[in-house]
Amino acid sequence: MTLTIGRMEAELRAKRDAGRKLLVPYITGGLRGWQDAVRAAAASGADAIEIGIPFSDPVMDGPVIQRASQLALADGATPVSVLAEVRDLDVSVPLAVMTYYNTVHHPGPLRFAEQLASAGIAAAIVPDLPLDESGPWCVAADAAGIETIMLAAPTAPDARLPRIVARCRGFVYSVGLLGVTGERDQLASTATSLAARLKMITDVPVLVGVGVSNAQQAREAVRVADGVVQGASVVRRLLEHGADAVGQYVAEVRAAIDE
Amino acid sequence: MTERDVPERDVPAAPATLMSEPSDTGRFGEFGGRFVPETLVPACEELEAAFREAWADTTFRLELDALLRDYAGRPSIVTECANLGRQLGIRLLLKREDLNHTGSHKINNVLGQALLAKRMGKTRLVAETGAGQHGVATATAAALLGMECKVYMGAVDIERQALNVFRMRLLGSEVEPVHSGSRTLKDAVNEAMRDWVATVGDTHYCLGSVMGPHPYPWMVREFHRVIGDEAFRQCNERLGDVPDLVVACVGGGSNAIGIFSGFVDTRSRLIGVEPAGGAAVERGQPGVVHGMRSYLMQDEYGQVLEAHSISAGLDYPGVGPEHSHLASIHRAEYPNVTDDEVVGAFQQLARTEGIITALESAHALAWIIREAHTFPGATVLMNLSGRGDKDVAQIMELLEL
Ligand SMILES: Cc1ncc(COP(=O)(O)O)c(C=O)c1O
Repeated sequence: MTLTIGRMEAELRAKRDAGRKLLVPYITGGLRGWQDAVRAAAASGADAIEIGIPFSDPVMDGPVIQRASQLALADGATPVSVLAEVRDLDVSVPLAVMTYYNTVHHPGPLRFAEQLASAGIAAAIVPDLPLDESGPWCVAADAAGIETIMLAAPTAPDARLPRIVARCRGFVYSVGLLGVTGERDQLASTATSLAARLKMITDVPVLVGVGVSNAQQAREAVRVADGVVQGASVVRRLLEHGADAVGQYVAEVRAAIDE
Repeated sequence: MTERDVPERDVPAAPATLMSEPSDTGRFGEFGGRFVPETLVPACEELEAAFREAWADTTFRLELDALLRDYAGRPSIVTECANLGRQLGIRLLLKREDLNHTGSHKINNVLGQALLAKRMGKTRLVAETGAGQHGVATATAAALLGMECKVYMGAVDIERQALNVFRMRLLGSEVEPVHSGSRTLKDAVNEAMRDWVATVGDTHYCLGSVMGPHPYPWMVREFHRVIGDEAFRQCNERLGDVPDLVVACVGGGSNAIGIFSGFVDTRSRLIGVEPAGGAAVERGQPGVVHGMRSYLMQDEYGQVLEAHSISAGLDYPGVGPEHSHLASIHRAEYPNVTDDEVVGAFQQLARTEGIITALESAHALAWIIREAHTFPGATVLMNLSGRGDKDVAQIMELLEL
């Protein structure tokens, strides 16, 4: 099977192959100050940025991202408004969106994929769309040039992982723990064990996300993984202190994983 | 199970029926599926395999039958409402799920799932609840089978169903208030799913209706099939025929699917009554939430809308996928009734028949009362899914009695 590698995967592979550990912060689109937070993150060492399109029923998210989603929705954020604002971001790193499947299903996979592509989005993550249901979306995404980042969970038996990896574009999202997004005191042991299992079977960059809560935990995770996704710890800073705090935090994590 | 005086039971081979097994991907027509985070896929697969195996195992079936009979009090009786029937110009029969232990049909499903969970080696149950009836049933089964139990309940529902909250706590379960979103059933489902994502090793998610990811809509239907099987037999004995109409209220749709299952392959008209403020079939469009593709009330961008109903158990913007299928093939109809009509029906049944119904079940009756003039002389079987003790305080406030 020959595939043209998309922009997200090409850039992350090149950096990884040059010895750099990868950092992808998550920011809820439509949340007050979110565009400045994206710019601050990009300027502080993020290698790509994940933008949440808020959904009313985010089952994979803990309290912080739930709250951010509710606030954004209450402020009138919609998939259309968030994607319109994405066009004004003017950042150089590749962007992924994270949203739940009904946001895709409602306009239909083809139309949604085209909307992402025309906003300049490189990739998409849909956490309630498991491999077995991903067919219609993946076909539409491939056709529109959107890379679909698949999640691999610690509960996956060995036979399932290669199938997930084969369908994965951009990077492999290695779910760090059994649970939803949110900060934890410690990095779960599953974070590195799953990343190690994935690294054995794929050359696509493997990033640990969910439950990577601070610079120290990011450094632990990248001993095995190619990088980390950080969500709740970033969004909490945006909620509590604003966009500048996001920039400072991303710089701190950057420094920790570069050591 | 040890040998006891339970009758021999042959597990019948599935006959050709409109309500057969869903497809390999859990579809009823174009509805259903398994839209869950990757973390839960192995658990859903494991549950499907365990249910399939248990359901074909006579020992499991006998054990469940014995519990349903000796613990839940099955079979539930059928009561003819001569007074109200006369007023409405119809023949009205009630299938009395309100007389089951714990006060509603929910116990049928819960005993099945709890036995199955135990067989799978799980030690803990989590559940969502709206009216609290499913929560009470789950807490009851957990107490009986020695399992740990946590029930998620929207903060709004905790207030309007305080009696059931207390019952769950008496039974030794933890009740966790849910403050996100609409703070009702929809959000309790989200929270129970989040719990399950984190605890899937030792925990079974005891889902309370014919909704959620495959295999739940199918499995929960099979556990409630007993309602329809009994009712079919009882109607045959009493009427020598099937009823002209079979009517049930629909939240997620478990009591309705249970009674429909006995009549889906007959000439009976099937009516599932939704609340006007949660009319997923009439006002919704196909959408994906809570693990399934089904009719769902949503806005122009696919955000799930909040339902509004006087009854906590029906305050849900979606509906189980098999109901969406039955609606789309026009085998069942899904009209809706207003809160006012429901309160009227609740009072009318109490005064004419001496039965205090749950507000949920009163939806089915409200539709019958409103529409009886369109089917004069018809025989109507209604599923009285639960009793109204839990609703008395709410009604008292409402009517300022
Ligand atoms: C008495 C009763 N009937 C009906 C329902 C609605 O559930 P379903 O539509 O699954 O039967 C409930 C839910 O709480 C209930 O308590």
